[in-house]
Amino acid sequence: MKILTGNDLRTGAVIWWTGEGWSLHVEDATDVGDRGEAILTEETGARRVNGGVVIDGSMTPEGPRPAHIKDRIRALGPTVRPDLTLKPADPNAGSWVI
Amino acid sequence: MYRYDQYDQAIVDARVEEFREQTARRIAGAMNDDQFKPLRLKNGLYLQLHAYMLRVAIPYGTLDGRQMRKLADIARRYDRGYGHFTTRQNLQYNWIKLEEAPDILAELATVEMHAIQTSGESIRNLSADQYAGAAADEICDPRPWAELLRQATTFHPEFSYLPRKFKIAVIAAQEDRAALRWHDFALRIVKNDVGEQGFEVYAGGGMGRTPIIAYQIREFLPFAQIFSYLQAVLRVWNTHARRDNIHKQRMKILVHELGEEEFRRQVEEGFQHFLTLQTDFPQAEYDRIAAYFAPPPFETGPSAEIDRSDPEFALWVDRQTVAHKAPGYAIVNISLKPITGIPGDISAEQMDIVADLAERYSFDEIRATHAQNLVLPHVRKADLHALWQVLDAAGLASVNLDLVTDIIACPGLDYCSLANARSIPLAQKIAARFADMDRQLELGELKIKISGCINACGHHHAGHIGILGVDRKGTENYQLLLGGSGAEDTSQAKITGPGFDEDGVVDALEKATNVYLRERQPGERFLDTYRRVGMDPFKEAIYG
Repeated sequence: MKILTGNDLRTGAVIWWTGEGWSLHVEDATDVGDRGEAILTEETGARRVNGGVVIDGSMTPEGPRPAHIKDRIRALGPTVRPDLTLKPADPNAGSWVI
Repeated sequence: MYRYDQYDQAIVDARVEEFREQTARRIAGAMNDDQFKPLRLKNGLYLQLHAYMLRVAIPYGTLDGRQMRKLADIARRYDRGYGHFTTRQNLQYNWIKLEEAPDILAELATVEMHAIQTSGESIRNLSADQYAGAAADEICDPRPWAELLRQATTFHPEFSYLPRKFKIAVIAAQEDRAALRWHDFALRIVKNDVGEQGFEVYAGGGMGRTPIIAYQIREFLPFAQIFSYLQAVLRVWNTHARRDNIHKQRMKILVHELGEEEFRRQVEEGFQHFLTLQTDFPQAEYDRIAAYFAPPPFETGPSAEIDRSDPEFALWVDRQTVAHKAPGYAIVNISLKPITGIPGDISAEQMDIVADLAERYSFDEIRATHAQNLVLPHVRKADLHALWQVLDAAGLASVNLDLVTDIIACPGLDYCSLANARSIPLAQKIAARFADMDRQLELGELKIKISGCINACGHHHAGHIGILGVDRKGTENYQLLLGGSGAEDTSQAKITGPGFDEDGVVDALEKATNVYLRERQPGERFLDTYRRVGMDPFKEAIYG
C-alpha cells in the first residue's frame, strides 16, 4: 500500500493521511494508491503539512505498517524513550518497530 | 565569562523579532517551505523525525547557572522536560513546535543566548577546551580569542553564504580536549622560540563521508594577525569551492584537491593583502574581551586535603576530577553517561541542580564538553564531598570519564531524519555489557564513538573504537572501526571488515577488547596496543 505522511506545519508532529484529513496515528492511515502526490500538493498548499512524502507500507492485522524502520520510528516515537511514544503503556510497542 | 553589551543584546533581540515575523508569514502561507527552510536553519531550527529540533548555541561550551536554569525552564515549558548536549558543545531540544520557536528564542535572549549559526552554511558555534581558564597545562585562557572570532564572524557578509558549514576550535594546551584537527580551522596557542605567544594554525580537517585530518598550515601566527589570516583562508575557500556538488563543498575537499602546499601559498598571498587592510583586532579590543575572562577570585591557601574514607567518593575523585591551575582547586567532570542512559541527555531537574552547584561551588561557571558531558571548572577540593553527595542523589555521579561506558553517540535514527541506524540503543547495550566497574578500570582509557550515519556527528572516525550505522537493505547494520583519535595524537579509525547487526557489533567490540587485554604491554592504552600490533590480531579475533 502507499501511505501519505508528513509533519504538521505548526507543531512538527508526525501525521498520516486518513482519506479525509490528518491523524497522529498510523493506524488511521489509508492506501492513497496513485493519488498521493496530488493530495500532497493540495495539502501543502493549504499549509497543513510540511515535508510530506508518499511511502511504502503494508496492511497487517494491527493496521498499516510502514515498510522502512525510519517511518515506523516516526509512527511510534523514539525507541529509547517509551514514555514519550504514542503508546507509553504498551510494553510491546518497540517490537513493532524492529 | 563574556556578557552582552548593548549592541549584542540589540542584535539578538532584533533577530528574534525578525524570525517571529518570518514564522508568522510561513504559517500564514506567505512563504513556502523552500523559502522558509534556509531562514529557520539560520536560527538553528531543524525538522527532525518527530518534531522540530532547536539547537541552542553555547559559545565555546561556556555557560552560567542563570543560563542553565533558563535551559531547564525551556525544557519544561516548551519541550518534554529534557535536553541533549551535542558533540559541538551545544544543546538540542527534540520536541519543539514551530509556532512556539520565536517565543523560545525570546526566552533565550533574556539570558544572552541564541541559536544563530548553529546550522546552515555558516561559521558554526566555535568550540574550545572545556577546561579553559582552569587547566593546569594551558598556556593561557583561549576563550577571549574564541569570543573575538565569534563576534567578528557573526553576520559577517562574506561568511553568511559560505559553500558549506565551517567549524573552528581554539585551545591553549598540549593535551587536545577539543578534537582540534577534526575542524575546518583550528588554533592551538603556543609559545615560539623567543617566548612570544601566538597560534599554531591547522586547516582542512573534518569528519563526514570524507574524513580528513587538518594540515598544519602555519607553525606560528602572531596573535595580532589572526583575523587577517582567517579571512585569507575563507577567501581562498570561497573563491574555489565546489558549490555545484554538496559532497565536495567542505573546505577539507578543497585543501585536499589543491594540495597542502598550494593551499598554503594562496592563503599566504591573501594574508599579505588582508594585512594591508588593517582589519585585525586592536589590542584594546582584545583587552576589553579578555577582561571578561579574568580568573575568578580563587582563595589563597585553601586545603588540598581530601577525605577519601568513603571508597565510592574516592573513586569518583580519582576518575572525575582533574588538576586545576589554582592550588586547592579541582576541575570536576559530571558524567551524562549513566549506565543504560542516553549519552548527553539531561533532565530539566538535573539542569537546575547543576546550575545550583555551579553557583555555590564553581564561581557560577559550567562547561559543556564535546564528549557530551558537563564540567564545573573551579571547585575547592574541600567542597568536593558535599558536591559529590548532591550529584549522586541526582543521578549525576557516574564514574566513567574516558572509560568504555563514556560513549559518544549521536541521536541516531531515534530522532534524526538523516540517520540510517539507531545509535543510542547500541550505546546502551555496550554500556550494559561493560557496566562492571572493575572491568571498566581494567580496560582503562577507551573512547567509543557511535554515529548513526556517514555524517559522523558521533565522531566515529575519531573513536579508539568507532561504530558507524548504515542502512543495509532496510535493516540496521553496523561497521566497526579501530584506531581513531580526536586527541593530540589524532588519527583516523579504520574499518575492520564486514558489518554486524546490533548484537553482533557488541560481541565484536568485546572481542576487540579481549585482544587488547591479551596483547597489551605495561602502560599501554587500547589505542597504543592497536597501533603497535596493527589490525590483524583484532580482525582474526572478530572474524576468525
